[in-house]
Amino acid sequence: MTNRISQCFEKAASQNRAVLGVFVTAGDPDAQTSAALLDSLVENGADFIELGMPFSDPMADGPAIQAASIRAIKAGMTLQKTLDMAASFRQRHPDTPLILMGYFNPIYIYGRDAFISAANKAGVDGLIIVDLPPEEDVELCDAAREAGLSFIRLVTPTTLGDRLPVVIKKAGGFVYYVAIAGITGTKSAATDSIRSAFTRLREETDLPAVAGFGIRSAEQASEVAAIADGVVVGSALVQKIEDAVSSGDDTKLIADVGTFCASLSAAMQRK
Amino acid sequence: MREKASNSYRNLPDDNGRFGIHGGRFVAETLMPLVLDVEKSYHAARKDQSFLSELLYYQKHYIGRPSPLYFAERMTAHFGGAKLYFKRDELNHTGAHKINNVLGQALLAKRMGKTKIIAETGAGQHGVATATACALFNLECEVFMGAEDVRRQKPNVDRMRLLGAKVHAVTSGTSTLKDAMNEALRYWVAHPDTHFYIIGTVAGPHPYPEMVRDFQSVIGKETREQITEAEGRLPDALIACIGGGSNAMGLFHPFLDDEEIEIYGVEAAGHGLDTDQHAASLTGGSPGVLHGNRTYLLQTAEGQIKDAHSISAGLDYPGIGPEHSWLHDIGRVNYVSATDEEALKMFQLCSRLEGIIPALEPSHALAFASTLLPKMAEDKIVVLNMCGRGDKDLEAVLPLLDERGLL
Repeated sequence: MTNRISQCFEKAASQNRAVLGVFVTAGDPDAQTSAALLDSLVENGADFIELGMPFSDPMADGPAIQAASIRAIKAGMTLQKTLDMAASFRQRHPDTPLILMGYFNPIYIYGRDAFISAANKAGVDGLIIVDLPPEEDVELCDAAREAGLSFIRLVTPTTLGDRLPVVIKKAGGFVYYVAIAGITGTKSAATDSIRSAFTRLREETDLPAVAGFGIRSAEQASEVAAIADGVVVGSALVQKIEDAVSSGDDTKLIADVGTFCASLSAAMQRK
Repeated sequence: MREKASNSYRNLPDDNGRFGIHGGRFVAETLMPLVLDVEKSYHAARKDQSFLSELLYYQKHYIGRPSPLYFAERMTAHFGGAKLYFKRDELNHTGAHKINNVLGQALLAKRMGKTKIIAETGAGQHGVATATACALFNLECEVFMGAEDVRRQKPNVDRMRLLGAKVHAVTSGTSTLKDAMNEALRYWVAHPDTHFYIIGTVAGPHPYPEMVRDFQSVIGKETREQITEAEGRLPDALIACIGGGSNAMGLFHPFLDDEEIEIYGVEAAGHGLDTDQHAASLTGGSPGVLHGNRTYLLQTAEGQIKDAHSISAGLDYPGIGPEHSWLHDIGRVNYVSATDEEALKMFQLCSRLEGIIPALEPSHALAFASTLLPKMAEDKIVVLNMCGRGDKDLEAVLPLLDERGLL
């Protein structure tokens, strides 16, 4: 099996740039627009996609991403439709890594084994399940790994000490460093603390490591790209969707998101 | 046959915080070190005689424990049948059972060197109790409360402010208890070094369900002694209302291994279990994962959390403590329900017959008692947890009683 995630990081490294990951919620603001947004993001330089599985009570996310979940659920998004959306994305974009991100309850209700099999069939590369720490690996992680899905771990400023080996023990794909102590999209990440965190991470793992949470602009992304193997931008993108929806004019939404993504992509090139 | 964990119903959770399939630690990585720290500190504290003595001191001199066990003679005569006793935790300082748990956790927070406290609240009783303990121990206090509950429970909001707490009105989601808990968890994630989160019920990630139960178990322990003194024997049945389920767990836990005792947990049936407007997670829900634990939840077929409804803000929660879910699965406790209307009638009846204005929460327990007692012989004994007083509910309840000609 080709490993889209490692190929993506290898390719970027050979071009002396960081990988750009983007997060959007599946079905936000509606299924059709959401699929078009994914295409626009890939066309404008997103190296991998994190597709949010909507959940009513996303306790690790800030207002922007919670609102996105609520919009998507209201528009009829379900986990089945998210998996369908992933499958059709895979047909259009055979090489772009696709990671499903979300909370455990909808998966638990869908059924663990049915979910893993459907995700594999859809061409999903990895999973980030926010509320499944290593202590709950029997719930999903072990079976997902066995089925060949990368179980991507979040590492936070509070886990850089003794806990780090526990957290990355079964990590696959890459390590996702949460650059702020807090929820998504609430404050800005500090470059110095990211630098020391990545020094610590690289002592512990050979997996590529990306930084996310709190990276809101191309300038910031450029600073982080000099340190990390990849940069993830989520809330800032999702905010653009919210702005377009609340202004009642989403005619330029796809183009605007594309332009923003292109500016982030340009910021990935190291000097 | 009931399935028992090694000859006792009282030795869970296991090391992973599980009660059967329920419980666990379903939290974001950012919270894991905090939750593990609370677990380690709590397990050390509960074996430390100086911690236990300090807790005992405040239980006695500050809360006013033991709370009386009172024979409700006129209610007994009115229902006709078994003798009804009230465990009077509504007489505690701050007017409900919530303070039992809060004092324990606040002492633990102090012991851990934390200076700031976060809490979520529904009816406001847990918020008031937390604000009270924070005033007592000189801790900063921030309380998260759904905007809808801020409106329903204004007197408690005022109390918290007077006690020096900052009240955050939460407008996300449905603006009730579940959303307050989401926001409190988010706030904790963002302030991991300085803050301790005092969860108000027997839910959340391990060790909270166990720790809150232990602090509330003083209710059941006292009841055992008091009923033995009054009647020379243990009761035949126990009744308590359930939102998250902390007052019920506190009463039930010391009696779980006395298999001859029938135990009843009363959920809020809102407008009725056949409607979409209730808060009965066990009777009307299914297992799922929310707020750090697996437990019965009100949810859609897709696993999205549904809104709960109850006239009582304290029962208005789409989940329930994981130990209750386990006790439900194995059949040790009977979970039943009472509607808004039934609770309202008891609110008035208990005030008139006993001169005790019950909170809307235990009014649900009274509603079930009114159906159970007449079916039992007169020499049977039932203990009901009068877990809170109704002053906080007057503003909401009086117009409704007026409409029904009950005033």
